[in-house]
Amino acid sequence: MSVWLEALSWLSMLAGSLVLLVTGLGVLTLPEYYSRLHATSITDTLGAALVLFGLAVQAGWSLATAKLVMVMLFLMITGPAASHALVKTAALHDLSLPPRRRQEDGDAGAD
Amino acid sequence: MTLDPGLYNYWIVILLMMTGLYTVISRGNLVKKVIGLNVFQVSVIMFYVSMGKVEGGMAPILVEEAEAVYSNPLPSVLMLTAIVVGVATTAVALALAVRIHEAYGTLEEDEILEKEYGAAGPGAADGPVDDHEPG
Amino acid sequence: MLALIDVVLLAFLAVTAVAIVRLRDLFAAVMVTGIFSLLSAGLFTVMDAVDVAFTEASVGAGISTILMLATLAVTQDVEKKRWRRRFSPLALGVVVVTGAALVYGTSDMPRYGDPDAPIHHYLAPHFLEHTPDEINEHIPNVVTAVLASYRGYDTFGETTVIFTAAVMVLMLLGGAATIDRRRPGGGRMGANVVLRASAKPLVPLILLFALYVQFHGDFGPGGGFQAGVIFAAGLVLYALVYGPDRAQAIFTGRRLEALVALGVLIYGGAGVAGIVLGGEFLDYDLLAADPQDGQHRGIFLVELGVGITVAAVMTTLFLLFTGRGQPAPWEDRVGESEGTP
Repeated sequence: MSVWLEALSWLSMLAGSLVLLVTGLGVLTLPEYYSRLHATSITDTLGAALVLFGLAVQAGWSLATAKLVMVMLFLMITGPAASHALVKTAALHDLSLPPRRRQEDGDAGAD
Repeated sequence: MTLDPGLYNYWIVILLMMTGLYTVISRGNLVKKVIGLNVFQVSVIMFYVSMGKVEGGMAPILVEEAEAVYSNPLPSVLMLTAIVVGVATTAVALALAVRIHEAYGTLEEDEILEKEYGAAGPGAADGPVDDHEPG
Repeated sequence: MLALIDVVLLAFLAVTAVAIVRLRDLFAAVMVTGIFSLLSAGLFTVMDAVDVAFTEASVGAGISTILMLATLAVTQDVEKKRWRRRFSPLALGVVVVTGAALVYGTSDMPRYGDPDAPIHHYLAPHFLEHTPDEINEHIPNVVTAVLASYRGYDTFGETTVIFTAAVMVLMLLGGAATIDRRRPGGGRMGANVVLRASAKPLVPLILLFALYVQFHGDFGPGGGFQAGVIFAAGLVLYALVYGPDRAQAIFTGRRLEALVALGVLIYGGAGVAGIVLGGEFLDYDLLAADPQDGQHRGIFLVELGVGITVAAVMTTLFLLFTGRGQPAPWEDRVGESEGTP
């Protein structure tokens, strides 16, 4: 397998691992529920997809690649759906949003 | 007695087993006990499967080349059945917990004992306090 | 390299186990138990036990977690249950002494991965060498060959254990009547657009994958147990998405009970067929003209029986647990502002 493909797969897997590491850091350090959910829902799927893509490049054109692509599709469907379910449940339990913060000069915060 | 670092696997697995055992013994909530039992069971399975590994071997699925080295299939087979039996017993334990909750309204061991025997505990001379018909 | 993965996974497992003990919130403890099962499935893969990994991932991280969550849903009103922390020095002492005794016991064991360990010298080489000629040369997965043929009697007992567990839970939780009971407020997941849209296409794919795993067990990791559990997961997803009315039209109590028994009957029938044809119980060589075809046929039948029983049992367990509870106060609100399903 050519050097470029090898490098691409390694880069993809490392990038995916880095993204997942950042996800973990986010879950640990962010202050409240909704921001932690925001940290995991996007980066979790992205990190997993990058790692799977790297593995698929390693496997070349084979049955293993087809299976990895299917796993990637499955994660991309169910990951965001699970995050949606989590947010919806929190909203139904009236988990409060963080209080709006006001800027120094008295304007209302944008979020 | 030699402490070979090649035994690191087994020691961690023993740690897991003891964690599960501690959960079963010391926690009062019935579902927590079942969870601890589950942890114990998985770690016992890990112990057996660890024994089957052959270094440099591959999974015991036969391939074409004649001199391939395989890991031992026997622990896998035995532990496969053990896992499924484990989930069956977990299901029965959880069903019992559900019925206990219906009868006593709680899953905490000490509250159940209190309701059954009164404040004196199981050693009381009078035996169970109320003659209930559960469920 | 593999050793590094091994060490890291075991460290994660230890941390997770300690977290499970210390967590007071039961819901969180069940979730972390699911993580524990998944990590151990990864460890099994590293240890070359791929069938065990597959089963642990589907059973431990799948069905076990679902059953525990169903129990929590049935036994609490709404919120997580916090239990009083009791530090028990006696329990800690017992555990430490037992652990020390076990560690002392491991001092005589061969080191991890040792190819000269006694366990590798008796039956294992026989199975690895003789599966192509004694069983069937087209079944490369030795674990399936041993599970279904060499040790088929053992697996039959285990299928009966699953069947017995289903019978016990049926008796404890009210039987077919609980499965058929009208459930108020169901189908909540189907009322939510996102969940419905993502789950509906998945249900047939999951069932198809379960069939693939069932029949592919001869060539790769797979077989009756894993396939049955995955099939049950697909059926549970169907019940959650389409609501209890549609689900109860298909999964009536009587049908599920019949399916639970059917699998064991198929397995036992394959065994008795061996006797009827002049051999011993579970003697597959007689099931066809050529002993190799007979073995293949026998393995197919028993795996089918196991798959049917396991799928029916897991679905029955799920429906029994969820049929036992009362709906929580918030459950009617999930569908609001989403319109009708």
